[in-house]
Amino acid sequence: MSAAETLLEVEDLRVHFPVLRGIVFHRPVGTIKAVDGVGFRLARGKTLGLVGESGCGKSTTGLAVLRMLTPSGGAIRFEGRDITQADADTLRPLRRRMQMVYQDPYGSLNPRMTVADIVGEPLAVHDIGTPAERRAATAELIALVGLKPDMADRYPHEFSGGQRQRIGIARALALRPSLIVCDEPVSALDVSIQAQIVNLFEDLQTRLGLSYLFIAHDLAVVRHISERVAVMYLGRIVETADRRDLYKAPLHPYTQALLAAVPIPSPALEAQRAHPVVAGEVPSPMNPPRGCHFHPRCPHAKPVCSETAPALRDLGQGRAVACHLHGD
Amino acid sequence: MAEPLLSVRGLSTSFRGEGGVVRAVDDVSFDVAAGETVAIVGESGSGKSVTALSVLRLIPEPPGRIEAKAVRFAGRDLGALDASGIQALRGNDIAMIFQEPMSSLNPALTVGMQVAEPLNRHRGMPWPEALAEATALLRKVQIADPDRRLASYPHQFSGGMRQRVMIAMALACRPKLIIADEPTTALDVTVQAQILELLKTLTRESGTALILITHDLGVVARYADRVCVMYAGRLVETGPARTIYETPRHPYTVGLMASIPRLDEEIGRRLVPIEGQPPDLSALPPGCAFRPRCPRAVARCERERPALEPIGPDHHKACWNDVRG
Repeated sequence: MSAAETLLEVEDLRVHFPVLRGIVFHRPVGTIKAVDGVGFRLARGKTLGLVGESGCGKSTTGLAVLRMLTPSGGAIRFEGRDITQADADTLRPLRRRMQMVYQDPYGSLNPRMTVADIVGEPLAVHDIGTPAERRAATAELIALVGLKPDMADRYPHEFSGGQRQRIGIARALALRPSLIVCDEPVSALDVSIQAQIVNLFEDLQTRLGLSYLFIAHDLAVVRHISERVAVMYLGRIVETADRRDLYKAPLHPYTQALLAAVPIPSPALEAQRAHPVVAGEVPSPMNPPRGCHFHPRCPHAKPVCSETAPALRDLGQGRAVACHLHGD
Repeated sequence: MAEPLLSVRGLSTSFRGEGGVVRAVDDVSFDVAAGETVAIVGESGSGKSVTALSVLRLIPEPPGRIEAKAVRFAGRDLGALDASGIQALRGNDIAMIFQEPMSSLNPALTVGMQVAEPLNRHRGMPWPEALAEATALLRKVQIADPDRRLASYPHQFSGGMRQRVMIAMALACRPKLIIADEPTTALDVTVQAQILELLKTLTRESGTALILITHDLGVVARYADRVCVMYAGRLVETGPARTIYETPRHPYTVGLMASIPRLDEEIGRRLVPIEGQPPDLSALPPGCAFRPRCPRAVARCERERPALEPIGPDHHKACWNDVRG
């Protein structure tokens, strides 16, 4: 891990949104700490899975990394440069190197544009090559993601969800990025199509040396595709580890609860498995619990857990956990 | 053998639209025994929801059209019932739980009113008594402080709590059968586990049969006794859950099992997708609808539609090729 070159480094990232009230005079009445002190490293050519339930801040983290949001604090270093507060002019050339694939293959493609226009648009926007060169590059991209050449002149509505996701991936690849933030890229797809797209992501990574920040709630998909996994809960990372360690021996009670909640597609295994259920639901990020955010739902909570927030402690061998049970 | 609680024979539901007639459900037959959990599995457009809605005749006609050779429930012929007869059954002997609890609850009525309504309507229970019973039902689905929550409105509840309210409504008249259509798809995974465990406990306790409609093969493995796999409006394989998972015989079922990543498998396995695209119901090929994506198709698949035939104890498949494993 340490030998591999770091492509993206995030340190103590914070994204806070003010909560405003009032119709004429907006006055701040609170703060939503959507991302509150998140840090991780992503090596070149590797995949980091970011998992958690709705409202945990995983998508906001992805948007901040791409600087589609300005962080409230912390640092984002991409290809060795600090881009945390970089302005639009500085970011423009960098944007070619960092792209995004969205969840909804229906909402993220312009219905009035042909596939060739959608895939070629980033090249036109960044004024790369002559029109003829752009056409050739577009045709190459369309083939790269497994679509047929005659599909180039058709419109998004003529395609199924899986094919549309291929179009979105081709568009993300147009500028030869090194980082792709994938925000729930297969969760809107049918089961039989998910595997096609997961395999495409893997093939493209091998061929092009891409790094993925893979944001998803499906723990089995994340285990399959990510070498490293970070688990988020209410704006914070609670545990991060190599996938083998995380899935074999989760340390944080929340990670344990998440994994226990995922059913395994085997009636024989499920019949033997205990089904402990963690109580409650994710609280509102506007008013998170004091101390460890998970303590009201945690079966192992101690008095200290409601007092102070545990720091993410490095346990060595690439493991870190934020839990008082794993203190010294 | 005792008569099953629900017996559906030759159910077909079609919709008339601009592009012609689409057969969403095509000649589907299945049974549900008293107290058992049957999962109907399939991808979007497979007809799994329309099958369940058609049993309760919740498909607007027109544009829909429901035909069936026979639909029998608890010894009664549902086909012979008129609109008011089937209405007397819904929410009473057969209850339904939908995917979207927010859009299936009335935003303008208190939760208590909605849970009490089936009792008042079907059982003629006076409102004060029905509301008292609703409190008990809310307690049963583990809603804290049910007396106070009775006066709350659905928007004051979280997604998981709303689904608990839906379950309380469904249980109100002690139905013999509950149809749950993707009941946890909109929920987070820890809440999904809570809701499904609750549903399992309560249906086991009362001996209520459950039809669980889902696309999640993990959920099916955890909760179903028997499984019906649908593709393009047809049943392609049915059987006991263990049989379907351990020895799937239809190439579509085999393909589904190979295409999903699992928490218990070796890391580094390459997923084996089902090639091709989901079927277009308005332009289905003649013969078997799965043939264009099937790695095991034989010449006959192109011409003739395979019927659901027995291949083992309580195990059926609709396929011309004798697939094993």
